[in-house]
Amino acid sequence: MPFNLLVLFCLCYVVMLFLVAFLAERRAAEGRIGWLRSPLIYTLSLSIYCTAWTFYGAVGYAARSGLEFVTIYLGPTLVFIGWWWVLRKLVRIGRQQRVTSIADLISSRFGKSNLLGVVVTLIAVVAATPYIALQLQSVTLSFAVFASGTPEGWALPNRDATAVWVAGGLALFTILFGTRNLDAKEQHHGVVLAIAVEAVVKLVALLAVGAFVVWGIGGGMAAVFARIEAASVPDWVIKPDRWFGMIAVSGAAVICLPRMFQVMVVEDGDERHMALASWAFPAYLMLMSLFIVPIAVIGLERMPEGSNPDMFVLTLPLAEGQAGLAMLAFLGGFSSATSMVIVESIALATMVSNHVVMPLWLRLAPQSAMTGDVRRIVLLARRLSIIAVLALGYVYYRMSGGSVALAAMGLIAFAGVAQVLPVLIGGIFWRGATKSGAVAGLAVGFCVWAFTLLLPFFGPDTVLSAAVFDHGLFGLGWLRPQALFGVTGMDPLVHSLFWSAALNTAAFCLVSLFTFPGPVERMQGAAFVNVFDADAAGPQGWARGRAEPEALLVMAQRILGEEAALSLFEGEARAQGKGGYLPDATPDFVAGLERRLAGSVGAATAHAMISQIVGRATVSVEDLMAVANETAQIMEYSAELEAQREELTRTAGALREANEKLKQLSVQKDAFLSQISHELRTPMTSIRAFSEILTEGDLPPEVVANYGRIIHDEAIRLTRLLDDLLDLSVLENGSVQLNIGLVNLQQLLDRALAAASHTRPERDFTVLRDLPAESLFLRTDGDRLVQVFINLISNARKYCDAAQPELKISVRQRSGRVMVDFVDNGSGIAKQSQGIIFEKFARLTDQSRAGGAGLGLAICREVMANLGGQVTYVPGRGGAAFRVTLPFRLEKRAA
Amino acid sequence: MAKRRAPLFLKRKSYRLRRLRDAARLLPLVGGFLVLLPILWSPSGSSGADTAWDGIYLFVVWFGLVLVAAALAPGLVHDAPEGDGGDGEPR
Repeated sequence: MPFNLLVLFCLCYVVMLFLVAFLAERRAAEGRIGWLRSPLIYTLSLSIYCTAWTFYGAVGYAARSGLEFVTIYLGPTLVFIGWWWVLRKLVRIGRQQRVTSIADLISSRFGKSNLLGVVVTLIAVVAATPYIALQLQSVTLSFAVFASGTPEGWALPNRDATAVWVAGGLALFTILFGTRNLDAKEQHHGVVLAIAVEAVVKLVALLAVGAFVVWGIGGGMAAVFARIEAASVPDWVIKPDRWFGMIAVSGAAVICLPRMFQVMVVEDGDERHMALASWAFPAYLMLMSLFIVPIAVIGLERMPEGSNPDMFVLTLPLAEGQAGLAMLAFLGGFSSATSMVIVESIALATMVSNHVVMPLWLRLAPQSAMTGDVRRIVLLARRLSIIAVLALGYVYYRMSGGSVALAAMGLIAFAGVAQVLPVLIGGIFWRGATKSGAVAGLAVGFCVWAFTLLLPFFGPDTVLSAAVFDHGLFGLGWLRPQALFGVTGMDPLVHSLFWSAALNTAAFCLVSLFTFPGPVERMQGAAFVNVFDADAAGPQGWARGRAEPEALLVMAQRILGEEAALSLFEGEARAQGKGGYLPDATPDFVAGLERRLAGSVGAATAHAMISQIVGRATVSVEDLMAVANETAQIMEYSAELEAQREELTRTAGALREANEKLKQLSVQKDAFLSQISHELRTPMTSIRAFSEILTEGDLPPEVVANYGRIIHDEAIRLTRLLDDLLDLSVLENGSVQLNIGLVNLQQLLDRALAAASHTRPERDFTVLRDLPAESLFLRTDGDRLVQVFINLISNARKYCDAAQPELKISVRQRSGRVMVDFVDNGSGIAKQSQGIIFEKFARLTDQSRAGGAGLGLAICREVMANLGGQVTYVPGRGGAAFRVTLPFRLEKRAA
Repeated sequence: MAKRRAPLFLKRKSYRLRRLRDAARLLPLVGGFLVLLPILWSPSGSSGADTAWDGIYLFVVWFGLVLVAAALAPGLVHDAPEGDGGDGEPR
C-alpha cells in the first residue's frame, strides 16, 4: 500500500474524530446531554486502558512468554467485578468532592495539602512519560511497517519526523477539545465520545484480524487449537511470583493510572454507570485478548525468522495480501495510541496546572489572584502542560532509541503509578491515615521503584553505573538495585514490586500511627471514609459573616465564568429566601462554593483562594466534635437547635432588611412629596409669571415669541411628569393594554439607541454590541420594550462617570428566555443603594438633573413585569449592569 | 413483651438485597482464587505445552465471572439506599 494513501487514511480518520468530538461538544453545549452520559459510553471510554501496548504488544508478549499476558487484563477484571469494594466509594467521593485528578483526591483527603498533590503529580508524570513514549513508538513502528512495503520493514527514512508529527497532532487535538472549558466536572464530552468511538474501532480491528487468522489462515477453531497445543515456541511455564505480582500490579494500575482515574471518576462517575461497567468492561477486555494467542502462534509459524512479534497484528495480514484488513488493524493501533495519549495528557495537564502552576502563581502574585483573569491563566497553564507532557514523551522516545520491547516499558509505568495505591486505599478506608504518613509512603515507594526498576531499565552505565549494579549504592552490598537487602534471584519486576509495596505501605502506616493530623485533615478524613453517610459533608470551617458576598461573586466569576457564577449565586440567594444575586455568605454556602471551585482548579488552590477572601479557615470545637462518632447524637440534637437558630437569624435578617427598606421608602416618599410639589410648582410659577407679563400686552413680538416658547417648554415638562405618573399607575394596576406582535430585537435596540442619543449628546459614548446574537424575533410588545431599553441606555449615558464611557449590550438565551445585559464601565451603584434604585422617586445623585423625577427605573420594572419578565441589577460586573429578562413568546393573559 | 427498637428480622426484599451485596463483595475473592489456581497445577520445570488448555480454562473462568457480575449488577443499583448497609444485619 502506498505510504501517501496511508497518511491520507489517517488524516481522514482524525478528521472524523474531530467531527465526532465537535458534534458532541455542540450537543452538550445545547444542553442535550442525553446519551452522551450513558453507561455504554462510560464503559467504552474506560477502554483507554487498552493502549497500543495491548493492541500490538500483547501479541509480542504472548509470543515471548505465553499466557502471561492475560495477567494485565485479569487484574482489572477482578477490580471491576469487585466494584462494590473500592470503585463505588471512589466514584462517590469523586462526585461529592468534585475531584479533578488522582493527585487532587489525595491532596484533598489529607487536609488539602498541596505538597501531596505535587508528590502525586510528580509520580504520575515520571511514570507516564515512558508510557506516552511507548505509544509514539508503536505508531511510528506501524507506519514503518507500511512504509517499507515489506513485512519485516523497519527502516522508515525519517522515523523521528513521524513521531514529531504524531505528537504535534495529538497535542492540537487535546488542546482543542480538552481545554475548551475550565470546569473539569462538566467538560470533555467531545473527548469522551471520541474515545468511545476509538474503543469500538480497536475492538473491531483486533477481532477482525483474529477472525481472519483463525478462520482464514488457521482453518477453524479446532485446527488452531491443535496448532497451539503442538506449538513449541510460546513455551509457557507459569511463574507463580510473576503471575501473582502482575495481576496485583495491573489491578492497582487500573485504579491509579491518571487516565483511568480521569474517565472513571472525573469525567462521569455514577453508580449506575459503574454497575454496567462492572461486567461490560471485563467482557471488553476478554474480547480484546481472545485472539491474542492464536495470532501469536500462527504469526510465529508463518512469519520469517527474526520478524518483530510486536507487529504481527499488522504484518500477518500484510504478508497474506490482505491490505484492507491491515489498514483496519493499523487504524485500530492508531486509535488505541491516540486515545491513550489524549486522555493521559489531559489528566496530567490538569494535575500540573492545579498542583504546580496555580499554587506557584498564587504564591508569587497573591494580589493578581484577586484581580487577574484566573480562567485564562489556568487554561494557558493546562495547554502548556499538555505540550510539555507530550514533548517529554517525545524526548523519552528519542532517548530510549525506540528499540525496547513494548511490554517492558508499560509494566514499568504500571509499577510506578501503583505506588499511589496504598495511600489511596488507606485514605478512603482508614481515618487514622495522616498527611505525614502519606508523604512518607509515597516518597519511599517512589524512590524504591525508581532505584530498583526505572533507572536499571536503561542498562548499566547509563544512569546508574555498573559498579552500583554489582556492589550497590555507595558500595553497600545490600543496596544493589536488583537485589535489595541481599534478596537475589527474584525476577526484577517482582523484586521491585515487592520491596516498593512493602516499604511504601510500612512507611505510610508507621508514620501515620505516630503523627497527629491537623483539624482540616481530620474533617476531610471523616468525610472521605464515611462518604456514604449522608451528613458527612466535609469541613465547614469558614468563619461566619466575614466574607463579602460580592467579593466572592467576583472571584467565582473569574473561575467559573459569569453565567455559571451568577446562576449559582442566584440559586443560593433564592434558597436563603432572598432576591437578587447576593446570598449571605453562610459557612455552608462558602463550603459549597469552595467545592464547586475545586472542580475547576483543585481542592488546594480553591481553599487557598477562598481563604484570601474569607480569612483563615477556623475549625471550631463543634466542628471537631462532629468528627467524633460518640457524640454524634448530641450533635444531632444541637444541630437541630443550630438549624432553628439559623432560621431565626435569617428571618430576623430578612425583617431587618424589609424594615430598612420601608424606612428608606418613607423617607423617599416625604422627599417625593416635596420633590413633586417642587417639580410641579417650578414650571407652574414660570408659566404664571410669563403669562402675566404677556397679558399686560405692549411687548415687542420677539419677546412675546420667546416667552411663549418658555411657557410651551414648561408645559411640556409638566405634561411629561404627569404622563409618567399616569403611566406608572396604569402599569401598577395591571390594566395596561399590551400591543403584542412579532418584533426583531436588533431593530428594537437600534430604535432605542437612536432615541437615547439625545440624552447628553455632547458626550462621546461608545456602544459595544453583539449583532449576530441580537438578530432574533420575539413575541412581545415592542414599543414597551423599547421604552425600557431607552431608559436603561439614557441612564448609562447620564450617569456613567468613566472618562471614556462605554456601554456593552450583550444578548443571551437560556431555557426559553432572552437576557439582554447593559453593562457600562462607570463606577456602578453602591451596594446599599442597589435595593432601592427600582423604587419610585429614587434618585441617587443630584448630578445632571436633566431627567424626570426618578420614575424611569420604576416604570421599567413595571413594564417588564407586564411583559412577563424582569429587570434586575447585576452586581460584580465592573460598572453598572442591568439585565433585562423576558420570555421569547408572551402569551396573552387570560382575560 | 417489651417493644423492640428495630425489627429482628428484615423483610424478605431487603434481606435479599443485603445478601446480593455480600455476593458482590465475594465475587472478586472467588475470581482471584480461580485465577490464581493455575499456579498450583503447573509445577515449575514441566514443559510448557499446556498453553491451549490453560488458555481455555482461563477464558472459561473469565467468561463465568463476567456472567455472574452481569447478573448481580442490576440488582445492586436499583433502589440502593444511601446507607452502606455493610454490617448485613440490623442493629
